[in-house]
Amino acid sequence: MNPIILGPLVVAGSAAFLALVIALVDRVVNNYGEVSIDINHGKKVLKVSGGSALLGTLASQGLFVPSACGGRGSCGACKVRVLSDVGPVLPTETPYLSPQELADSVRLACQVKLKKDVAIELPEELFSVKKFKATVESIVDVTYDIKQTVFRLDDPASIEFASGQYVQIVVPPYGDIKESVQRAYSMSSRPGDSGRVELLVRLVPGGIATTYVHKHLKEGDPVELVGPFGEFRVRDTPAAMVCVAGGSGMAPFKSMFYDMRERDAFPEKEIWYFFGARTTRDMFYLDELRRLEREWPRFHFVPALSEPKPEEGWEGERGLITDVLDRVMKDKVGKDKGMEGYLCGSPGMINACIAVMTKNGIAESSVFYDKFA
Amino acid sequence: MTPLINPVTLFFASIFTSNILLSNFLGMCSFISISKDWKSSFGLGMAVTVVMTVTAAVSWVVLYYVITPLGLEYLSFIVFIIVIAAVVQVLEMVIDRASPALYMSLGIFLPLITVNCAILGAILFMQIRHYGFIQSVAFGAGSGLGWWLAIMLLAAIRERTEKNPVPAGLKGPGITMITIGFMAMAFIGFSGMIAVQ
Repeated sequence: MNPIILGPLVVAGSAAFLALVIALVDRVVNNYGEVSIDINHGKKVLKVSGGSALLGTLASQGLFVPSACGGRGSCGACKVRVLSDVGPVLPTETPYLSPQELADSVRLACQVKLKKDVAIELPEELFSVKKFKATVESIVDVTYDIKQTVFRLDDPASIEFASGQYVQIVVPPYGDIKESVQRAYSMSSRPGDSGRVELLVRLVPGGIATTYVHKHLKEGDPVELVGPFGEFRVRDTPAAMVCVAGGSGMAPFKSMFYDMRERDAFPEKEIWYFFGARTTRDMFYLDELRRLEREWPRFHFVPALSEPKPEEGWEGERGLITDVLDRVMKDKVGKDKGMEGYLCGSPGMINACIAVMTKNGIAESSVFYDKFA
Repeated sequence: MTPLINPVTLFFASIFTSNILLSNFLGMCSFISISKDWKSSFGLGMAVTVVMTVTAAVSWVVLYYVITPLGLEYLSFIVFIIVIAAVVQVLEMVIDRASPALYMSLGIFLPLITVNCAILGAILFMQIRHYGFIQSVAFGAGSGLGWWLAIMLLAAIRERTEKNPVPAGLKGPGITMITIGFMAMAFIGFSGMIAVQ
């Protein structure tokens, strides 16, 4: 036989034979049978087949632990407290776990392999997390790099959430991206409008999900969303809300304000909303929010530009949002009922704002934020 | 063609007189990195022994029943590597199931047995010396045990010398290399007793 054919044939044949052997051994060795997962001290007990990671097994049972990377151990989001012994912490987990978490036997669900019965603890709210089939209803440019994307929910047809929470959009493989990933976005739609989910997606150069939404997604496309997640929500106190956002950090606040206005919720709360941008090019929803300010006495909107161009004729506040925040908090914000900080934006902005807020009398424990890196 | 050496002699010779690690200096990377810890060394040495014995047997069959009859000797390297990779894969699954603690402590060095040059080296010696099947298995097992012996000795030495004052520049791999050098010289004492060819 021709050696050009024979050579590859022999190599491929031996590889195929050995692969078969490996597959057979895998069937025997990695067969862990049925194992049970005890969640929150017997509140829920799942019977599943063992051998795979905890994260994927829970997802197959309809329990979606938040995960941005889809189980590859690169985001560190899927933290779960494991009460039973599942072996030592893996080197793939240690970078994401603090000493306190290690002491509390917190593990990454995507790295824990189910070999025997386990007992875990999950936040109660995860029980209401669902996977939604949705259709893109509209994609609108609100600035040159932020798209307001609205999804119509098909199955289940409505979502129950508190404004400020986020969903994860499932990005299918596209172009050079070979694996499905999930990315978190705060919902900017109101909980009252439960058949729709609106997200504000800013284009991050090279970002997997943002590029997908900006360059590939079209109206009418099917999309999967997982949610709701998150602890970022309006606290039920009379304290004034001091909210600071930049860019697509607008999203949770848009949801909160219109929801509170609609339901006239937390009537004692005074609301201050600082929105920072560089130029008018980055500013959006200006007219809507100014109208809201006129119509709703307890809402105060402070948009600020850090680098306004002379020809833009900007009449609002000028300077870095932290400086504006500092100034306005000193002079105008009523402090008699106490204050709470609400932040959404880049980690840099959040850290800087926390410093300004604590300086102006907000306890650090009363500053709430969603940090999107 | 097949040399007349007795498999039992070959087995002991490959442990002592021509230790694959200390006389051929094969398989050094994991030898130096894992020998810090006695228990992991034991596990890795055993894993290498198993892989070497099994791959020697499987490779011999593949070599004399597939590659040579078809005149494809130039493909032997690639086929040997595939065999080693498959055996390591199986071993990895078994260790993961049987002893998660050992699996953890070996970490990346377990899959890296695939590219442990001592194993490919042993198979290539088997090929160029035209060993028969029994001889190949004896040689594979002997070389593996020799590697195990060497890493156990080094791990024991390192454990005893761990607290010794060592010049800063020689700490870690430096003093380990020197230690290995002394061990190799000691093993030269065995040579001449039996010539393995």
